[in-house]
Amino acid sequence: MEQDEKKEPAGCCGEKLSPSAAPCACKPPVPLEPFPMVRDDKVCCGPPTGPRSSSRERPGYRMWHFVEDFIDTPAGPVPLAKTVLNARDWLGKIRVRWGIRRDQYKVAPGLYGVGRPDASSPVLVTANYKLSFDALRSGAGVADAWILVVDTRGINVWCAAGKGTFSTEEVVRQVKSSQLDRVVDHRRLILPQLSATGVASRMVKKGCGFKVTWGPVRAADLGRFLDAGMRADEPMRRVTFTLAERITLVPVELSFLPRYLLWSLAAAFLLSGFGAGVFSFQAAWFRGALMVAALAGGVFAGAVAAPILLPWIPVRSFSVKGAIVGVAAGLAIVAGFREHVNTWEAAALLICTAVISSYLTMNFTGSTPYTSPSGVEKEMRRAIPFQAGAALVVPVLWVAAAFV
Amino acid sequence: MKDFRYLPGVSTLVLDTEACTGCGLCTIVCPHGVLAMAEKRVEIVDYDGCMECGACAQNCPTGAVGVTPGVGCAAAIINSWIKGGKPACC
Repeated sequence: MEQDEKKEPAGCCGEKLSPSAAPCACKPPVPLEPFPMVRDDKVCCGPPTGPRSSSRERPGYRMWHFVEDFIDTPAGPVPLAKTVLNARDWLGKIRVRWGIRRDQYKVAPGLYGVGRPDASSPVLVTANYKLSFDALRSGAGVADAWILVVDTRGINVWCAAGKGTFSTEEVVRQVKSSQLDRVVDHRRLILPQLSATGVASRMVKKGCGFKVTWGPVRAADLGRFLDAGMRADEPMRRVTFTLAERITLVPVELSFLPRYLLWSLAAAFLLSGFGAGVFSFQAAWFRGALMVAALAGGVFAGAVAAPILLPWIPVRSFSVKGAIVGVAAGLAIVAGFREHVNTWEAAALLICTAVISSYLTMNFTGSTPYTSPSGVEKEMRRAIPFQAGAALVVPVLWVAAAFV
Repeated sequence: MKDFRYLPGVSTLVLDTEACTGCGLCTIVCPHGVLAMAEKRVEIVDYDGCMECGACAQNCPTGAVGVTPGVGCAAAIINSWIKGGKPACC
């Protein structure tokens, strides 16, 4: 490459120009216009540009869609959260209800606000599971408040309290790191009642000087709780297990199952192929489909029907509740296929549906808000031998049925 | 929750009435109304309603209420039977 930096400036038609030379004649001189930089949002091409970046943006951070503004406090700017959920919040809620990346659905721990909180506004404490945070910011019905989000590792309030991540230490740590004592002039925290499993109120006072007031179980009652002078009536203090709450749990119960799907299908088709002719692919296919219907019936009975019908199924033991619903589902399946199965096969299908339903319903104890671990253990000691025995009978009956 | 009753007579909940100071904190944090104030001390009014969440024991200033909390999840309990140790949460 030649060095042309030091060349004389070339004229518009290529001939050399001396500083005094007259403009060349081949083209009319074009006066230099300043290039239209983004002055008034009008650019040369494409749609108009958006506004300038917010002064609240920071390199390396991403603004959450639920932050509508910031409020300056002696402890620095605090994000103000929107009190209405948008489409992204709802989609996220539906997604985690199906158990998809549920353990990653978190918000950053720290101090937030709703409305226009000031130094006298109440401080509401919650977990950093986004569903917990969303329930508080959108459903509390509190005009102006601070929200202190504790790092529970993305787990909801009650489970986190049980696991020890919503703990006294974690609350104290967050109060200190958020410099809450510089933001508010009172010394009171309102904690969700269900965090009491992991938080000792007197130790919070000792650790950070803030007094704990136990709020209601549900965020939706907070408005009334505050209006009543921080008094909770009896229903605010009690957990419920309504039909809607039980239905909400069904998808996540189902989301635990795919890990067993492959093995169950393989076993169903493999066992179905054995018969008088050693192994028949036709039998594997046809009888396997029957067995898959029984598996599906058991899953429906134990993970969908029994949780929904829970209070209306007589008996207290979950494994028996599940077995009752499972037998009903199994009878329906056998009735539906009665022309294609012999007695042995019918028995195998019925037991298969019942035992799957019994086990899944027993496992549902982990999702209810009223079963004691001591009770679950007692029930399991009785039920598991029956379930295991029945689970062994099914393949024996199923294979034997092919030979009769 | 009176519609929902689980196995009776199994809870590990214990109350030492002598040690109770009657602060009433356990009656506030219990989500099932198992404990209630009677005169100047607390008493267990619905023992079989206890789900062993441990909120009362955690917040009792004198250790008058005791309970062994745990997870009520079958899979976790089976794991603890197989691997030994306390049931870890699922």
